[in-house]
Amino acid sequence: MTEQTTAVRFEHVDKWFGQLHVLQDINLEVARGERIVICGPSGSGKSTLIRCCNGLEPYQRGRIVVNGIELTENRRTVEQVRRQVGMVFQQFNLFPHLTVLENCTLAPIWVRKMPRAEAEELAMEYLRRVRIPDKAHSYPGQLSGGQQQRVAIARALCMQPRIMLFDEPTSALDPEMISEVLDAMVELAESGMTMLCVTHEMGFAREVADRIVFMDGGRIVEQSPTAQFFAAPQTERARQFLGQILAR
Amino acid sequence: MKQAPSTFPRRPPWWRRPQVQAWLLQALLLAAVLGAIVWMFGNALDNLARQGIASGFGFWNERAGFAIATSLIEYSETSTYGRAFLVGLLNTLLVSALGVVFATVLGFLIGIARLSPNWLIRQWAAAYIELVRNVPLLLQIFFWYFAVLRPLPQPRHSIELLGLAYLNNRGLYLPKPILEPGFGWLSAALLLGLVGCLLWLRRARREAGSDRGLRYWLIAGLLLLAPAAAVSLAVGLPLGWELPEFRRFNFRGGLVLSPEFVALLTALSTYTAAFIAEIVRAGIQSVSQGQREAAYSLGLSPGQTLRHVVLPQAMRVIVPPLTNQYLNLTKNSSLAAAIAYPDLVSVFAGTVLNQTGQAVEVIGVTMAVYLTISLVIAALMNWYNRRVALVER
Amino acid sequence: MRVPERTAAVLAWARRNLFSSPLNALLTLLGLWLLWLVVPPLLQWLWLQADFVGSSREDCRGDGACWVFVRVHLDQFLYGFYPPAERWRVNLGIALLLVPALPLLIPPLRRFRRVWLLALLAYPPVAWWLFHGGLGLSVVDTGLWGGLFLTLVIAATGMAAALPLGLLLALGRRSRLPVVRATATVFIEFWRGVPLITVLFMASVMLPLFLPSGLSLDKLLRALIGVALFAGAYMAEVIRGGLQGVPAGQYEAAQALGLSYWQQMRLVIVPQALRMVVPGIVNVFIALFKETSLVLIIGLFDLLGVVQAAVTNPDWLGFVLEGYVFAAAVFWAFCYGMSRISRRLERRPDMKAQEQQEMA
Repeated sequence: MTEQTTAVRFEHVDKWFGQLHVLQDINLEVARGERIVICGPSGSGKSTLIRCCNGLEPYQRGRIVVNGIELTENRRTVEQVRRQVGMVFQQFNLFPHLTVLENCTLAPIWVRKMPRAEAEELAMEYLRRVRIPDKAHSYPGQLSGGQQQRVAIARALCMQPRIMLFDEPTSALDPEMISEVLDAMVELAESGMTMLCVTHEMGFAREVADRIVFMDGGRIVEQSPTAQFFAAPQTERARQFLGQILAR
Repeated sequence: MKQAPSTFPRRPPWWRRPQVQAWLLQALLLAAVLGAIVWMFGNALDNLARQGIASGFGFWNERAGFAIATSLIEYSETSTYGRAFLVGLLNTLLVSALGVVFATVLGFLIGIARLSPNWLIRQWAAAYIELVRNVPLLLQIFFWYFAVLRPLPQPRHSIELLGLAYLNNRGLYLPKPILEPGFGWLSAALLLGLVGCLLWLRRARREAGSDRGLRYWLIAGLLLLAPAAAVSLAVGLPLGWELPEFRRFNFRGGLVLSPEFVALLTALSTYTAAFIAEIVRAGIQSVSQGQREAAYSLGLSPGQTLRHVVLPQAMRVIVPPLTNQYLNLTKNSSLAAAIAYPDLVSVFAGTVLNQTGQAVEVIGVTMAVYLTISLVIAALMNWYNRRVALVER
Repeated sequence: MRVPERTAAVLAWARRNLFSSPLNALLTLLGLWLLWLVVPPLLQWLWLQADFVGSSREDCRGDGACWVFVRVHLDQFLYGFYPPAERWRVNLGIALLLVPALPLLIPPLRRFRRVWLLALLAYPPVAWWLFHGGLGLSVVDTGLWGGLFLTLVIAATGMAAALPLGLLLALGRRSRLPVVRATATVFIEFWRGVPLITVLFMASVMLPLFLPSGLSLDKLLRALIGVALFAGAYMAEVIRGGLQGVPAGQYEAAQALGLSYWQQMRLVIVPQALRMVVPGIVNVFIALFKETSLVLIIGLFDLLGVVQAAVTNPDWLGFVLEGYVFAAAVFWAFCYGMSRISRRLERRPDMKAQEQQEMA
């Protein structure tokens, strides 16, 4: 794959948290438009891997290249990358002192220097896409978890990123709200967005993902196309994991 | 259909019912409190009469007969006790207001330094806080007054500051601004400029959104200063300065700050700043890391994150304990009595009380003043809290 | 471009924490300059050029601090004007304080709760007897008490009175009965709204007026009453915060079990509330300890009082710094020590920490 079609590339990436070796020799290539689901037992490093993609976590060895820009300690490159990569967190992390609309327009106004009116129009469009345009002037504290997470998706989209990262977006939600968020994510996937998603929702993975990356103990144990992963996992560890997850 | 009974079946005797018991208890409490108050005041009137001390506020208009070293308004020995009260009150408010300003600035600086990525600066800030917080304020006041300011050299050997100010054991001598005729026009012009500038800021913010380029700030500055400049050109700058000059044994002219005032202000400011620093640090740290991460993920720089995401949320946490510190500072200013700075307590609950002997009235009024200040500040804080409360379900 | 961070090197740490950017480097230089400005002169004065040996003013020859001043006055700083022959009583009394305090420091001993409670209740009268006299010991008037001894007496009394008083007031303020709630609120807001100085003035000047003419109270006792009421009001607010922090479900569960109001409070609510606000409680204690120095304004000679008297003594003029540094060191040791204990207590698994307002 050439530089133009690779969205994210990890080359022999290692990361330590003090003495803990949390990422071990990670090699991963994500093509533009590809949808990746990263799964694995807790503590396997999935969240850490995702957080390395937009510079929230530093790494000690190897190379990470996002949209042709290499992620280093240089603040300039990191900020450049962040403008092209959007992230949705498990805890939503909406800004409680701003309305929904203000949450969405904050970055376009101050980072992309968009005029306010234009930013608000853009925000309303994305809020419509996630189906909560009526809550534009409400505060996050007034919304349910599912609604907040959808706002978080809209907020990230307002920066018109080329890659979207999802760090367990539905893990903090009550069961009845999970589907509304997954629906928004499915629709996003269908529009051609490059997505890296850490999740336990295997139904979503089967429906949307092009490739499943299975991690355990800081390593990528297996990565295969979705259908193949679910039908015939190649490693014992992956088989075990699937057995546990799907047994429910 | 039978009506549901309004009370439980088999009502207990009236003296066992909880409502009756509650009212009995409250009645008893009220009786006890009122009884105690009546008894105490009875004794007081008795004792006062026996000692021949007057009652009531007649003394307010009597001649005071003592001098006050520092006063913001006209006062002499022939002024009344009431006027002495006013002088003391103004001195208290002066040192408290200035103390609040200095303490806030210093406190915020140290609080942010405490969170600096630079290890050395962090340690210095922590050392300052731990040292100042754990030593009594009175001791710090004594330190500044007896150990730093009193041993300063005599006027003829003063320490010179930038050729404009002089520090010696008689006080701090600063240039005094002289308001010449026409100053009223200048102030009006400045005010006009300020209004214009603020309006411009608001309009620009609403429209452009974020283009705070050089042009923007230039226009703001121009709006602020233009009217004032115009007035100055028309009548000449109506502001003179009187510099302190050394004549024979001491300085003449200029603005004099007594050593008592300087010591009290310095001690109050540095002491309260340490507490404010901790409050600021705790406030900024209370904003969860997730908020910062979300902002960074959106591409906001650390500076922008601080301004738009962290500080607004941090201020909600900072302001209540901050106003509490302001209150503490105001109450602590009463320690002026220990170094004879003529604040309210020193003048009124000190000298006036000694001379008139009317303890109940004097101390009562003094306490009432502080209580009023406390209530006002508490009310302001409640108003602020309600205005910026995070809107929730 | 990529910076491999080998953890071994101190250099890496320095680069990250001290020199990571031009601004950072500038700040480091500022910090180092401050160090150079402060530490060497301080060391010179405190230690290298100081006089430690001697017994009179003439022995103060060096340029540095004259600690002879402190040595000569040490007894006064510690005991005030307490007769030298009776000082053993003070030492004994303070040593006995460790007895009720022991269970707090050595967990296994907490099993003997009854004994501990008895020791706690027995301490005040025993201490009073030791310090004041009567019943076989010669009487030492409270006017002679002074120095660190007096500071500890005032602080300890204030702390001991503040907790029960504060608890009562806090419960009263949260009561559903309007008269009780109003009385508690007015009481708390009154004592919190006025400076301690006015409280002390009130106690020393107004209190005698409010009592029948025959009854006269010892000056120290008047001050103690004022301090206790003042500290109690601040403690009430801290404890109220704790009571509010106990989840509503706890109240309901206690009620559902059929416990009476006082049983609910004693067995379920108050233990949780107190654990939650340990930092706030210790803050009140620390503030109380510092504020005892105010009694010098009404003529009692606590540690700061005797130091101030000593430095203004015509025979020993010019040792202001030595006196203040000594006093500051003693206060600092106690206050910092208390805040360290508080931090250690916070970390115990059965203590939950909360941010509390400072008393300053």
